[in-house]
Amino acid sequence: MIAEIGHFALILAFLTAIVQGSLPMIGAHRSNAAWMALARPASVAQLLFIVVAFAALMYGFVVSDFSIKNVADNSNSAMPMLYKVSSTWGSHEGSLVLWVLILALFGAIVAVSGGNLPPSLRTRVLGVQAWIAVGFLSFSLLTSNPFLRLDPAPLDGRSLNPLLQDPGMAYHPPFLYVGYVGFSMAFSFAVAALIEGRVDAAWARWVRPWTLAAWSFLTLGIGMGSWWAYYELGWGGFWFWDPVENSSFMPWLAGTALLHSAIVCEKRNALKSWTILLAIVTFSLSLLGTFLVRSGVLTSVHAFATDPARGAFILGFLVLVIGGSLTLYAIRAPLLKGGGLFAPISREGALVLNNLLLTTACATVFLGTLYPLFLDTFGGGKVSVGPPFFNATFGPLMVPVIAIAAIGPLLPWKRADLAGVIGRLKLALVVALAISFLAWYLTTGSVPSWAPLGMGLAAWLFVGSLVEFAERIKLFRLPAVKSWNRARHLPRSAYGMTMAHCGVALVLAGIIGSQAWQVETIRVMAPGDSVEMAGYEFAFRGVRQLKGPNYNIDRGEFVVTRGGVPVTRLFPEKRFYPVQQVLTTEAAIHTTWIADLYVAIDESRAAAGEGDGSWSIRIYYNPLVPWIWLGAVIMMLGGLVSLSDRRLRVGAPRRAKSRAPEIPSPQPA
Amino acid sequence: MKLKFLLPVLLFAGVATALGVGLTIKPGDLPSVMINQQVPEFDLPPLLDRPRGLASSDLTGKVRLVNFFASWCFACRLEHPLLNRINADGIVPVYGINYKDMPEDAKAWLDRLGDPYARSGADFPGRTGIDWGVYGLPETFIVDRQSRIVYRHIGAISPSDLENCLLPVVEKLRASELAANSIKLPSACQRSTQQIDLKSKLQTKS
Repeated sequence: MIAEIGHFALILAFLTAIVQGSLPMIGAHRSNAAWMALARPASVAQLLFIVVAFAALMYGFVVSDFSIKNVADNSNSAMPMLYKVSSTWGSHEGSLVLWVLILALFGAIVAVSGGNLPPSLRTRVLGVQAWIAVGFLSFSLLTSNPFLRLDPAPLDGRSLNPLLQDPGMAYHPPFLYVGYVGFSMAFSFAVAALIEGRVDAAWARWVRPWTLAAWSFLTLGIGMGSWWAYYELGWGGFWFWDPVENSSFMPWLAGTALLHSAIVCEKRNALKSWTILLAIVTFSLSLLGTFLVRSGVLTSVHAFATDPARGAFILGFLVLVIGGSLTLYAIRAPLLKGGGLFAPISREGALVLNNLLLTTACATVFLGTLYPLFLDTFGGGKVSVGPPFFNATFGPLMVPVIAIAAIGPLLPWKRADLAGVIGRLKLALVVALAISFLAWYLTTGSVPSWAPLGMGLAAWLFVGSLVEFAERIKLFRLPAVKSWNRARHLPRSAYGMTMAHCGVALVLAGIIGSQAWQVETIRVMAPGDSVEMAGYEFAFRGVRQLKGPNYNIDRGEFVVTRGGVPVTRLFPEKRFYPVQQVLTTEAAIHTTWIADLYVAIDESRAAAGEGDGSWSIRIYYNPLVPWIWLGAVIMMLGGLVSLSDRRLRVGAPRRAKSRAPEIPSPQPA
Repeated sequence: MKLKFLLPVLLFAGVATALGVGLTIKPGDLPSVMINQQVPEFDLPPLLDRPRGLASSDLTGKVRLVNFFASWCFACRLEHPLLNRINADGIVPVYGINYKDMPEDAKAWLDRLGDPYARSGADFPGRTGIDWGVYGLPETFIVDRQSRIVYRHIGAISPSDLENCLLPVVEKLRASELAANSIKLPSACQRSTQQIDLKSKLQTKS
């Protein structure tokens, strides 16, 4: 009964979305205020219906109602409650409902709090949102009904994929979706602006918070995903350039570019058509990611159960949404008037360069991900593109991006003196060189020559960002109290930018550190053996058999000491899930915040017919790896701090000249 | 001027076409990147107390097996007697690459279990293994006379793998002057790759 209510609510949401997407749009076209006014209550109603549907589905999982096919396929009575709940979005069908739930939530937020938007723009934004919802709801209802019943109902369910039964994986999809769907708002604003034929600074300011929020959550979602891969897969790696990882990374890259170009749009009224295009492209890449994960065109182990019918449906949807919006762009964008002029060496110039590099990087990832498909399509046979391609192309593109990120914020708008700015970054330059030298000097083994330089680059961005902040509050040039006062009155977006850029520097240092200085040992160890690595001694105490809620555990025990002083005890596990006959690895990690000590147990000698209790063991010393996730969290927090900026909270004045700020307007990032 | 704005939609049309065609192609299993490629360049030092190392230039002129092994790998022990037999009977030369292993461990292992390798090299940093696309030991590659990789076997070789897949492929390569990619693999080979493929996927990446 509950499931049928859910199904019915989903149908009602679909019908509501159709109404919301048509009548108010016609009203906006004919300036009929009554028809336009329909959009706001319709979005709220749509949200309510989807909440009911989602709650009904979740209820089915919580009470383990195996007469619902989706529950029987993805849950099991022995699973802990946390994973029963997270199974709601662990399957293709359920994740779609979560998608539309977030979409409707965002739409309702615009409807309720968008009072400062011009009515026609608000109506059109909600209308475009509604059409996206129609697409996804019909996809769900027609091809992927989550409420399908089974008769007779099985006694127990088939359980969620054990690899996904993990706290990191339980929360990672919702964050990713908030990111993807958040970009749908930027998209809707872009399409609405194209329909209206008007893009101005105020428009850019309305789009910005959505982009910021989406970007922050996507950053966190990607970070969580890679953290999960790091400890769950037992290989000491954190990023594999897998098609599914790439399909979340592409919108992130385009979204980062959008975040920066929207600043130029807002402050200087320039780059308008480019910003619009980026908004369309960013959301298109989110949709493309959905297509790649669900259609089966690319082989990936992340992929949801693949089904060509679903693939065809999403492809049709992609053609409508992306093709339609790009056609609209081709017609309307030439009419947009260009804004303020600027010299190549200026903050605008730096942001344009940032955009070119980020979009090129995004295109590189796109090509690497889809090249196997393109080749296959045109009869070139099957190939796979691996990490070497991405490392060789993507890495070098990031070097100028990082280098400019330290310089750009110090450049004034319109025209700048590059030599002067570099002069102000003397300190960053000195620190960067010192770190490079130190990294090279302290290295005993052989490392790639780019590694010390890369560490220097990270230091350059980190110190450069702090220098820019110090300059802004005139640290050491004014009495401390005055600097403090300036710091207090600095807009939050300035803090946000400094944080986000410092976060990028930390991520970079973490990636380079772990790639270049990682130490790895694979050994057979019997209980009582010990291994010394990177100054630590790992003593193996043996493996014990334990029982988890729905799996069996082989738990190894290691005592780690350094010069005889105990450091920690580590318990890596191998888990066996009998329902699905799957083995998973749980690495044990001790972090010192400078490095991770990482131990995973591989296989028992018993497997080779010898029962002396020895196991093959992988031990990694991963320098700086914790900084990757620390950096990602700081980036996300930077985004949220910037989001809380007063300018965005109070909304935009019609034209930005109403108040001349005493401090030169800072540029958030 | 107008063309500039049309470009995105035209590009997308191309992508959408490819995606559409892609949907109709059976999403088959991804083959090894290396199949029908020349073996990657490498030059490995010898194992402890062995006279000669192994380089890519040593792999021309004959059909050979190249076996990646390590003392820490238990499945390697399972297939080891079989490799010893191949060597003793002179069926096909087996070249060994010792992957991410301690030199003294590898030596002790081979001393104890027998050394089936005509030539071997030590890949302590694992760089050569990465170039070959190795992701789980043991792995065995069949390399043809032009030092092209013809077939990749993931996991321990069982007697039936040897009889029904590896040896027939070796025989075909010896018998014909054909290019490696026109060799039709016996059905036994297909089955074992697919099974292993699933397993290795679960092990490497969710």
